[in-house]
Amino acid sequence: MNLIVAFAGIVAGILVWWLAVRRLTTRSWEAQGTYDGRDSANLMGIEPARIGLWIFLAVVTSLFALFIAAYSIRMSPQPQQGVVLRDWRPVVEPSILWVNTALLFVSSLGMQFARNAIGRGQVGRASSGMLAGGVFAVAFLVGQLLAWRQLQAAGYYAAGNPANAFFYVLTGLHGLHLTGGLVVLCRSGARMSRPGVSPGAVRLGIELCTVYWHYLLVVWLVLFGLLLIT
Amino acid sequence: MSYVAIADQHAHLHDPQTFITKYVWSQDHKVIAIQYMVTAVAVGLVALALSVLMRLQLGFPDTFHFITPSNYYQFVTMHGMIMVIYLLTALFLGGFGNYLIPLMCGARDMVFPYLNMLSYWVYLLAVLVLIASFFVPGGPTGAGWTLYPPQAILGGTPGADMGITLMLVSLAIFIVAFTMGGLNYVTTILQARCRGMTLMRMPLSVWGIFMATILGLLAFPALLVSAVMMGLDNLLGTSFFMPAIMSLGDQTGHKGGSPLLFQHLFWFFGHPEVYIVALPAFGIVSDLISTHARRHIFGYRMMVWAIVAIGALSFVVWAHHMYVSGMNPYFGFFFATTTLIIAVPTALKVYNWVLTLWRGDIHLTVPMLFAIGFVFTFINGGLTGLFLGNVTVDVPLSDTYFVVAHFHMVMGVSPILVVCGAIYHWYPKITGRMTNELLGKVHFWCTLFGTYAIYLPMHYLGILGVPRRYFALGDTFFIPDSVQTMNAGITLAALFVAATQMIFLFNLVWSLKHGKKAEANPWRATSLEWQTPDTPPRHGNWGPELPVVYRWAYEYGAHGGAEDFVPQNEPPRDGATPAHGHDR
Repeated sequence: MNLIVAFAGIVAGILVWWLAVRRLTTRSWEAQGTYDGRDSANLMGIEPARIGLWIFLAVVTSLFALFIAAYSIRMSPQPQQGVVLRDWRPVVEPSILWVNTALLFVSSLGMQFARNAIGRGQVGRASSGMLAGGVFAVAFLVGQLLAWRQLQAAGYYAAGNPANAFFYVLTGLHGLHLTGGLVVLCRSGARMSRPGVSPGAVRLGIELCTVYWHYLLVVWLVLFGLLLIT
Repeated sequence: MSYVAIADQHAHLHDPQTFITKYVWSQDHKVIAIQYMVTAVAVGLVALALSVLMRLQLGFPDTFHFITPSNYYQFVTMHGMIMVIYLLTALFLGGFGNYLIPLMCGARDMVFPYLNMLSYWVYLLAVLVLIASFFVPGGPTGAGWTLYPPQAILGGTPGADMGITLMLVSLAIFIVAFTMGGLNYVTTILQARCRGMTLMRMPLSVWGIFMATILGLLAFPALLVSAVMMGLDNLLGTSFFMPAIMSLGDQTGHKGGSPLLFQHLFWFFGHPEVYIVALPAFGIVSDLISTHARRHIFGYRMMVWAIVAIGALSFVVWAHHMYVSGMNPYFGFFFATTTLIIAVPTALKVYNWVLTLWRGDIHLTVPMLFAIGFVFTFINGGLTGLFLGNVTVDVPLSDTYFVVAHFHMVMGVSPILVVCGAIYHWYPKITGRMTNELLGKVHFWCTLFGTYAIYLPMHYLGILGVPRRYFALGDTFFIPDSVQTMNAGITLAALFVAATQMIFLFNLVWSLKHGKKAEANPWRATSLEWQTPDTPPRHGNWGPELPVVYRWAYEYGAHGGAEDFVPQNEPPRDGATPAHGHDR
C-alpha cells in the first residue's frame, strides 16, 4: 500500500509541477487582448503523436506500478484470523531469462540504430535496424514462452502458488505489450517498404517505436530485477 | 508556427463521403459524441428499469414473485455498474468530452480521429458484452458493483457461472476504449487549441473534462489489474484474491489469497472514479451558472486550482471506503484526514458557484434550474460525506441506507442533474432546435422533488440501522414496522421519477423535428462553441479560418454596447478595458 501511496504522490507531484510551469497564475480576466505568444497551444512544437505516446506510457506505467504494488502486498505475510500465513514460495527463475534479457537489449539496440539512421536520412540502414529490432523482439517472446514451458515442466503451475501466478501474469503482460508494439512496428515497416519513400515520412513512426522499445526494455529490467530479488 | 498546422489540419481531414462514413463509421468528433451519448443513455435506461424493479421488491415485498433474491442481487449489481461506468463515465467524457473539447478549444477535430472512432466502437462492444450477460446461463453477476472477492466468484453467488467472467471482460474492454478516447482528449487539449486559447482562458468545462480524463487514465489501470487477477482466480484457479475457503461444503483449490488486496486495488480506481464523474460536472455547471446568471464565474483561477487539487487528492482517499474492512487505525486516521482535506477545494467550488449567482442577472432557464438544483443537491450529498468520512461515525453507518442516500445524492442525482442541464443547454447547438421549455421545467421540478422524496427518507432509514443490499428486511427487532411504510413511499417516488424521465426523452425526440429553430447563440454565451459559422457545426467546425481568442470565456455583464457579453473570439476595440476588471 505504501507503494501505491508513493505512486500517487509522484503522479500528483508531476501534475502540480507541470501545471505550475504552465503559468497557472495568469489573471485571465485582465489578460485581454491579442494573442501574446507566450502560451503556444502546441507544447514546444512537439507532434501530437509523440505527446499521445508519452501519455500512453504514463498509463502503462500506472498499470505496471499497480501490478508491482499488488505483488509486494501479496508477497508480505498475510495475517488471517490471527495466524500469519507464509505461503510465498519464490520461483526459481529459469536461466533462459538471462538470454531473453540479452535478446531484448539487442532488439532495443537495433531500434536505436534505425532511429539514428533515419535521422541521417538513410532509409536502407533504418530498415535493417528495424528488421533486427523486430526479429530480436520476436526471439525474446519465443524465449519467454520457452521459459514458461520450463517452469511448467518443473512443476511451477499458475494455480500452485501466488509467486508462480505473478510470474506468469507479469511476464505475460509485458509480452502482450511487446506484441502490440510489434504490430505497430510492422505497420511502420510496411510504410518503409514502399518504393521511393522519403525519410521524413517514416521518421516519426520509427522514433516513436524506438521510444516504446526502450520503455519496454526498462519495464522488463524492473520486472526481472523484482523477480530475481524475491 | 506549427500549432496552426495541428489545429488546422483541414486539408487532410477525413472528409466523409457516404452515409456510412458520415453517420456510422464517422471520425467526426461531433458524430462520435452523439453515438456515445445515445448508447450511454440507452444502457442507462436499462439501469433505470433495474432500479425500478429493485424498488418494487423493497417497497412491496412478497408481491412480485418473479423477483427472486438472486435476481435482486443481479439488479443491484448491474444497476450500479451501468450507472457509474457505462452511463456517467461514458456520457461525460465520451459524450460531452468529445463534443465540447474541439469546439471549446477552437480545433477542427480531435487530434487522433481514427482512434476516436475506434474508442466508440470498442465502448459499444463493452456495452454489448455487458448486456449479453443477461442472456447467459446463470444470468449476470450479482456480486454487488464492487465485485468483492471471494464471494464474487464463488458458487452460490448469482452469475458465478458466466456472468462474472463477462463482467470482467466487459470492464477490460471498456478500459481499452476509455484509454483510446482519453489519449485523444488530453492530447487535443494540450496540442490543438486555437491561437490565443491559453490554458487559463479555457472554459471550466474543458478543465473539468481534462482533469477527469487524466484521473481516468491513471486510475482505470487499477481496475484492469484487479479484473485481470480476479479473472485468473476464477478461470485458472490462481490465488491472488482467494483465501483458502469452503464453498458449498467443498474445499476450493484456492489458498492464501488476499481479498483485502482486491479492495485496495478496486478503491484505488473507485475513488478517483467518483471525481471522474464529478469534475466534468463541476466544470459544466460552472459554465451553465455563469452563462445564465450573465456574470463572470467568481474566482476562475481558484476554480482551476480547485479542480487540480481535487484531482491530485482523489488518489489518496480511497481507503475511506474500507473503514470496516479491517485496517491499521493509523491508516484510518490518515484517510479520514485526507478525506476532510479534499472537502476544502470542493467547498471552495460551491462557494464560488453561489457567489457567481450573487447579484447576477439570473435567468431561470431550464439549464439554469438544473444547475442550481445540482448545487443544492451536491451540498446535501457533500454534508453527509463529512459524516461518512470520519471513521467513528462511519462504522455504525456502514452498509446502511445512509450510505445509499449519500452516494446517490452526491454522485447519482447531482451528476444526472448536470447531464440534463447540459443537454438542455447544448441541445440547440447539437441539433439546431430548441427543446420545449414547459416540458423541461416539468421535468426539472418532478425530478428534483421526486429524488428528494426518494433519498431524504433513506438517511433516516440508515440512522435507524436498516442495512442496504437486503432482499427483504423480515422481522428484525430494531426495525419498526413503519420502515416498511416508508419503503413503500420511497418506491412510489422512485416510480414517479422514472416516469418523468420519459418526459425528458419525449422532449428530446419531439424537439428534433418540432422544436423551435435555434439561433446560433441562443443563450448569448461567450465560449467558442457558440460562435461557429453553422448551427449545428459542420464537419471541420470553423469554415475556412480558425477562430482567434482574445479573452477568457466569462466576459459577461454590461459593456456599454448593445450586448451584455463579449465572445472569446471578438477582436478588442481600441482603448476598451475589460469589464469588472476591479472586482475580481
